[in-house]
Amino acid sequence: MVKVKLEHLTKRFGKVVAVNDLNLEIKDGEFMALLGPSGCGKTTTMLMIAGIYKPTKGHVYFNDVCVDDLPPKDRNVGMVFQSYALYPHMKVFDNIAFPLKLKKLPKDEIREKVKKVADFLEIGHLLDRKPAQLSGGQMQRVALARALVKEPDIFLMDEPLSNLDAKLRVVMRAEIKRLQKRLGITTIYVTHDQVEAMTMADRIAVLREGVLQQCAVPDELYLKPRNMFVGGFIGSPPMNFLDCSLVEENHEHYLDLGVFKLWIPPDIADLIMKNASGSELVLGIRPEDLKVTLTLPPEAKEAGQKSKVQAIRSEIYVLEPLGKDVIINTKLGDTLVKVVAPPTIRPSVGETIWLNFDLDKMHVFDKKTELAVV
Amino acid sequence: MITAEGYRKLIWKAKIKWLIGNIIVYSIVCIPLVPIILMYGWLIAQAFSGVCISSLIPQKLTLKNFYFLTGPIYWGGTPLYKSYWPLVRNTLLLALGTTGLVVAITSLAGYAISRFEFKGRDPLLKSVVVVHSIPGVLFLIALMYILNTIGLYGKGFLTLLSVIIIKAGLESPMYTWMLKGFFDSVPWELEWAALVDGCSRFTAWRKVVMPLIFPGIAAVSIFAFLSGWGEYLLVLTYITDRKWYTLSLALSELTYQFKHVDYGMLAAFSLLYLLPAMIFFLLTQKYLMTMRIVAYKG
Repeated sequence: MVKVKLEHLTKRFGKVVAVNDLNLEIKDGEFMALLGPSGCGKTTTMLMIAGIYKPTKGHVYFNDVCVDDLPPKDRNVGMVFQSYALYPHMKVFDNIAFPLKLKKLPKDEIREKVKKVADFLEIGHLLDRKPAQLSGGQMQRVALARALVKEPDIFLMDEPLSNLDAKLRVVMRAEIKRLQKRLGITTIYVTHDQVEAMTMADRIAVLREGVLQQCAVPDELYLKPRNMFVGGFIGSPPMNFLDCSLVEENHEHYLDLGVFKLWIPPDIADLIMKNASGSELVLGIRPEDLKVTLTLPPEAKEAGQKSKVQAIRSEIYVLEPLGKDVIINTKLGDTLVKVVAPPTIRPSVGETIWLNFDLDKMHVFDKKTELAVV
Repeated sequence: MITAEGYRKLIWKAKIKWLIGNIIVYSIVCIPLVPIILMYGWLIAQAFSGVCISSLIPQKLTLKNFYFLTGPIYWGGTPLYKSYWPLVRNTLLLALGTTGLVVAITSLAGYAISRFEFKGRDPLLKSVVVVHSIPGVLFLIALMYILNTIGLYGKGFLTLLSVIIIKAGLESPMYTWMLKGFFDSVPWELEWAALVDGCSRFTAWRKVVMPLIFPGIAAVSIFAFLSGWGEYLLVLTYITDRKWYTLSLALSELTYQFKHVDYGMLAAFSLLYLLPAMIFFLLTQKYLMTMRIVAYKG
């Protein structure tokens, strides 16, 4: 088993910086997800770990040994590609056996190992087929088998589920997670799908344009995003961002959002003043953290009054029913705000609702640096 | 609104248009084919005719035009070649040798140009096209000088060997270009997978990339074989020893003077000369026609 450490890892292609000064440690047996939009450098990072790309700067360590000069074939990594990269001219058996044949294992042993892993992944009946004769899900399993059969120290997966249909993706998500836990192989999983990362990974590293934004366990990422990018990227529908500024009136502090003000307690105000670079701020609140009521609830007060929960009156703009929930789109000033409401509330377009802002669930960011200040 | 009668009229019109269009297209396709078909037709008819014919209908059916397969080849009553078979051997040597050399060079060079970044890669690619557009005749004297200097001119088999090398050298750049296209179409991920699975760069090339571009290799082999099989100028210029003459050279010798030309034998000779090209093409045309790689992803 292997612990992977990335130290000041940088990769440039000409003038394009794909990965910039990445520091990351992946513990032995850990399931680490590299999450980010396409072109954020996550695949490049993975290829550097596999040894296919040489870092422009920085180093990759396996168990504290620098492996920069180790060719890919000697790193003992198993890799699953987005396109599966099965060898089209070989049968499934030969595809899976390929890494073993290169190791020059005896034929009987190869046959035994291939059969074992194929049965394990329930593709034992497909061994005589060519990859072109398989469905997406089957190809995916063959790719997994080929990566697993060599008993790798590190498992690298590059968007392995993105070519599957939505239903199968959910199934395979759970299976890959179970597989990883059962085998205990250090796994690095690249994805642009935050749901995949959240559901599968022990820890998630969020990347943006080659720069690490935050690396944390899923809950922390969700509850305490370090900046606006992470806040907006994790969670669906994404976090609402509202421009605001900090104002002081009669020794009380308020967040001025233009159309209304929110009272904030002195301790939060102090934090904001200490951490923010200027007075321009962004209020972030998740659609599921904004409570919708048809009347002003007893525990809340109207926005601008001293209360932990403050409510603002708003009009429904569009409704997006999801079955379980309904997403209410409403406008605060010119900003469209999305709110997830339970099915018990079924308002109609144009109706007036109360949006309840809970101070505990609000995120405040610095508009300039985009960093969280509270 | 269009009535039922209106629709019928429109359909009728569309049908007529389709018919006229087809007639035009097929005429354009067929007219240029006529002289070609006439030529081949005459060749076949004449090869089996006992007298000289000027139509496509064979007369006095006979196989005697093929006499040279078992004895010397006569030209105007005197034996010009002792036997037909050394000519075949030499031509095969030239064609297969060229093919082997061209495939070996282009499959490595095409891969390198497709996959590696190196200084001068783009100028190299561009110069290939430019150099290829220069007529090969221009090199004849220079090559003659080189061959003479290194002592390969007029040395029998060695000269044939040097013709093979020259031929491969002249053919390779264009086929390298062609194969580069094939290599380009092999996804990087497959090669990466091979590297991760335990291949060196060379093993990945041999075990994963090469099998995938087999159609390209097949196409290059066919082109190289046919061009070697039909080579005339290089053989005429450099090969002085009659023992190492090829079919193309013999054919041209047999047509030197009209009064001596035996049209029946000439047609039979040409027909046999055509045969390997035809067979090669028929066997491999499906690769020539599908010069691209298919079926990676399901």
